[in-house]
Amino acid sequence: MTQTTRTLAIGLITVIVAALLPFGLSNYQVGLATEVLIFGILAMSIDILAGFAGRTSLGHGAIFGVSTYVVIYMVSNGVSPVLALGLGILAATLVAAVFALLAVRTSGVYFLLLTLALGMIVWGICLRWTQVTGGENGLRGDIRPQILYDHRSFYWAVLAATAVLAFGIWRFVRSPFGLTLRGIRDSESRMRSLGYNVPLHLFIGFTVSGFFAGVAGGIYAFFNNFVSPSTVALTQSVEGLLMTIVGGVGTLFGSFVGAAAIIALENIVSSHTERWQTVLGITFILIMILAPEGLVGKVRILLGRVRSSKPQALPNPKP
Amino acid sequence: MDRRQFLKTTGFTLASAGIGVGPWNQALAQEGPIKVGLLAPLTGVVASGGREMVEGTQFFFDSIGNQVAGRKIELIIEDDASNPDTSLQKARRLVEQNNVHWLIGNLLANTGLAVANYVKGTGTPYFIPIIAADDLTQRQRIKNVVRVAGYSASAFTHPLGDWALKQGYKKIATVSQDYTFGHEQCGGLAQVFTEGGGEIVQQFWHPLNTADFSPYLGQLANMKVDAIFAMETGADATRFIQQYASFGLKGRIPLLGAMNATDQSVIRTLGAECEGIVSPAHFAEGSDNPITKKFVEDYTAKYQKIPSLYGFSMYSGAMWVTEAMKAMGGKIDNREAFIDTVLKTDLTGSPLGKTVKLDQYGNPIYDVYIRKTVKRPDGKYWNVPVETYSNVSQFWKYDPATYLKQPPYSRNFQGIKKG
Repeated sequence: MTQTTRTLAIGLITVIVAALLPFGLSNYQVGLATEVLIFGILAMSIDILAGFAGRTSLGHGAIFGVSTYVVIYMVSNGVSPVLALGLGILAATLVAAVFALLAVRTSGVYFLLLTLALGMIVWGICLRWTQVTGGENGLRGDIRPQILYDHRSFYWAVLAATAVLAFGIWRFVRSPFGLTLRGIRDSESRMRSLGYNVPLHLFIGFTVSGFFAGVAGGIYAFFNNFVSPSTVALTQSVEGLLMTIVGGVGTLFGSFVGAAAIIALENIVSSHTERWQTVLGITFILIMILAPEGLVGKVRILLGRVRSSKPQALPNPKP
Repeated sequence: MDRRQFLKTTGFTLASAGIGVGPWNQALAQEGPIKVGLLAPLTGVVASGGREMVEGTQFFFDSIGNQVAGRKIELIIEDDASNPDTSLQKARRLVEQNNVHWLIGNLLANTGLAVANYVKGTGTPYFIPIIAADDLTQRQRIKNVVRVAGYSASAFTHPLGDWALKQGYKKIATVSQDYTFGHEQCGGLAQVFTEGGGEIVQQFWHPLNTADFSPYLGQLANMKVDAIFAMETGADATRFIQQYASFGLKGRIPLLGAMNATDQSVIRTLGAECEGIVSPAHFAEGSDNPITKKFVEDYTAKYQKIPSLYGFSMYSGAMWVTEAMKAMGGKIDNREAFIDTVLKTDLTGSPLGKTVKLDQYGNPIYDVYIRKTVKRPDGKYWNVPVETYSNVSQFWKYDPATYLKQPPYSRNFQGIKKG
C-alpha cells in the first residue's frame, strides 16, 4: 500500500468516525466538536505557511475574522447566506493578498512582526469603525440558515466542508507548487538561483492560505451568529498558531488534534478553576519540552521508530 | 494489527462507548435543584468587578440557605474571561450541558449582548443586573432578557442633566471612554441639558485604558466651562480622578461623574482626590435609609469592603428572580410563565429600602439619587445622596414611543438640541 492511499484511507475513516460522533454526544459537545473543526481549518491554513513555507504568521486571526464580519454584516443586511459566505471568503482572500504583498519579502521574526502589525490594523479598524462594525459591541444576527439550525445538521455540514477543505489543502501542499514552497522553506537562495520567483510563490502561498482561513471564518460566522473585535484580535491569531504547534507544525492534520486539545482544555479546565490560563500555559510548556514536534509529530516519530526497529530485530538468518 | 486497523477499532470503540451518554444528560433536568448559571468575568480586564459579582450573588443565596420553595438552588459559576466569544461558549455550556433554568450576570456590554443574542434562540431566561446597554430594554428588546435590578445607561444621566440645569450650569464639557456605554451616558446628559438651555461645549472620546489624560485635561482647564462630566470605569476612572486633582482642576471646576466613576470599586483605593464628585445612581452606599445601612454593614462585615455597584446589583438581581420563583412555588419549568412572573414581580426587600417595579420593557423604575462623595469618619470615602428624583423611567419624561423613534445614542447622535 502506498503512502498516498494509506493517508486517504485514514482520512476517510476519520471522517466516518467524526460523522458518527453526534450520536454519542450532547448538543453542547456537538457544538464544541463543530468549533474544533472550524479552528482546525484555521490552524491548517496557518500550517500551510508555517510548516511548508517556513513563515510563521500572526495575522491569520485577522484574516479569519474579516470573513466573519463580512458574512454577518451581509446576511444582516439581507444578502443570501451563500452569497454572503462567498463575499466573506473573497474579502478575507483580498486582505490576505494585501498582507502577502507587504510581508513576502521578509522572513523569520520580521515576517512574524509584520503580520502581527497588519493584524492589529484590522483589529483597530473593527474596533473604531463603529457605524459598520458595531465597535466594541460587535455585530449580532440570527444568520444561520433554517435547514442547518439544529446542532447536528450544522455539524455534519461543517464536517463535509472540512473534509473537502482538508483534502484541498493536503493536495495543495503536495502539488509541485507545494514542493516549491518546501524548497523555499529549506533554502530560499538555492530556489532563487534555480530560477524560481520566490516572492511570487510566497505571495500565492499566503493568499491561498488566507483563502482557507477565510472559509473557516465564514463558517464561524454561522456557528456563532456574533462577531466582535475579539474575533480579529491578536489572541485569535495566537490561538490558531498554538493549535498548529500543539498538533505539530508541518503535519497538516495535526491541526485538528491541536484544535481539539486546546478547545477541550479551555472548556474543561475553566469550569473547575479560575486559574485555567495557568494550567493552559503549563500544558504548552510541557508539550514544548516533551514533544516539540507537536502531538501528531511525536506520534509519527514514535511510529517511525517502531517500524524501523523491526527489521533490526529480525536479522536475516545466515546459513 | 497495523495502524489502520488500530485506528479503526479504537475509533469505533470510542464512538460506541459515547452513544447512550447524550440522552442521559437531558433526562436529568426536570426535577431536583433549580440550576442557576452565573456568568462573571473572573479573568481579564474587569476581573475585580467579576469577583464582586460572584460575592453579591452568593451573599444573597447564602442568606436564604440556598433554597427556594423547598427546592435547592444550585449555583454554577462560569468565567466569561471578559471576552464575548468565551462568554457565548460558556453560556452554551450552561444551557446545553448543565441545563440551567436561568442565566444571570455578565459585566461588559459586549459579553452581555453576545449572550442575549444566543438566548434569543434558546428562550432561556437571562437576567442582566449589570449590563446597561440601552437597546436591550428599548429598541432591540428580547422578551426573555430582563434587566432585573439593573439600569439602562442613559436612565441616570437624564436626571443629572436636569440637576445640572438647576445648579445654574450653562456650559458643560464631557470626557468619556469611547464605547457604547459612554456614548449612552453622555447622550442622556447632553440631551436633557441642551434641551433645557444648556450648552455642551466639547466632547472628548478616548480609548479604553488611557494612561495619560493630560491632553484632555489641558484643554478642559482653559475652556471656561461650569462643570465637567466624566464617564469613566475601572482603572480609567481612578487615573482620571487622580490626574484631575493633580492638574489643579479639583475645586476649580465642579466634576460630575457617571455612577461607575465614583463606584466603590473605584474610590475604595482613592483618597481626598475623589471628594465632592457628583454622580447619579439608584444606589448610594452612604444612604441613611436603615435597610440600605443594614445591607452595607452586613456586606462589609462579610467581605471586608463596602459593597460596590457590582455586589449590590447582583445581590438585588438574585433576590428579584428568587421572589418570582417563590411566587411560582419553585415550579419554574414553564419559561414563558416564569418570565411573565418576573416581569410582574415588584421587589419589596431590595437593599434600596423601597419597592422597585419593572416597566413594560423589562427595565426597573428607580428613585434616582444625585450623590456626592464624602469622607466617612473612618477615613474612607463613599457616596451620599444629596437629592432624589422619584420614579425615574428609562425614557425620562419623554413619551416612550416618541423616544424610541430617535436613534440610539452614539458618538454621532448625542441628542444635542441645536440653536
